[in-house]
Amino acid sequence: MVVTGYTKNKILYISLSGEMDECASQAARAKCDKLIEDNLSVSKIVINLSDVAFMDSTGIGFLIGRYKKAAKLSIPLYVDKPNFAADKILNLSGIYSLIPKAE
Amino acid sequence: MTKNYLKLQFYSLPRNQAFARDAVAAFCLELNPSLSDLSDVKTAVSEAVTNCTVHAYKGNLGLVTIECEIEENSLHIKVSDTGKGIADINQAIQPFYTSAPSDERSGMGFTIMQTFMDEFKVNSIQGEGTVVYMSKSFKAEVENA
Repeated sequence: MVVTGYTKNKILYISLSGEMDECASQAARAKCDKLIEDNLSVSKIVINLSDVAFMDSTGIGFLIGRYKKAAKLSIPLYVDKPNFAADKILNLSGIYSLIPKAE
Repeated sequence: MTKNYLKLQFYSLPRNQAFARDAVAAFCLELNPSLSDLSDVKTAVSEAVTNCTVHAYKGNLGLVTIECEIEENSLHIKVSDTGKGIADINQAIQPFYTSAPSDERSGMGFTIMQTFMDEFKVNSIQGEGTVVYMSKSFKAEVENA
């Protein structure tokens, strides 16, 4: 799984690309957390899921973990453009009440 | 009239998770599944196989066995391990229940298997292993006139 990020207008945009499963999650977690730690002055974080071709429940755990990290820093977290399959899992988990979809 | 069978056996290595779900998805292609049904099957298999790696064998090396059977327009999947087993199945299948909360586990694995497949059953004996049964029926593809 490839994790990339950039900031624009005090927003940290993180893009995930590839398959999010248990195997991929550890490295993705570390890279994502590094991006967050390197950009502590942002006003919000948006995780773009449009290039996530596969996601199982590991994705829920992953997003909740990043949510908790961002919440400790008082930075709101959003997800953007989950594909149909990822959206189904995220809906089932009720995660959108914690991590809304970006407008 | 359609009948087919597949048996896969592999080590409970994390890198085999993608291989396992893709192999099962490829096997059921003959049923002309919709993309959405195919994605459901991949996700359910991924959950079952991940449970073997993470829970049954707890990171130790063990064997995971997947058997698939196609019968008419249905796919039956059996995922088994010979790992530590589940002490309380009713508790384990509760949404958001996880035995490893510190590992960022969502506790949604069994819920996803149940929701994404038509039939779901889990049997387990502590110290001997766990077997997950899942089935899904695919709608017959409407032929273009």
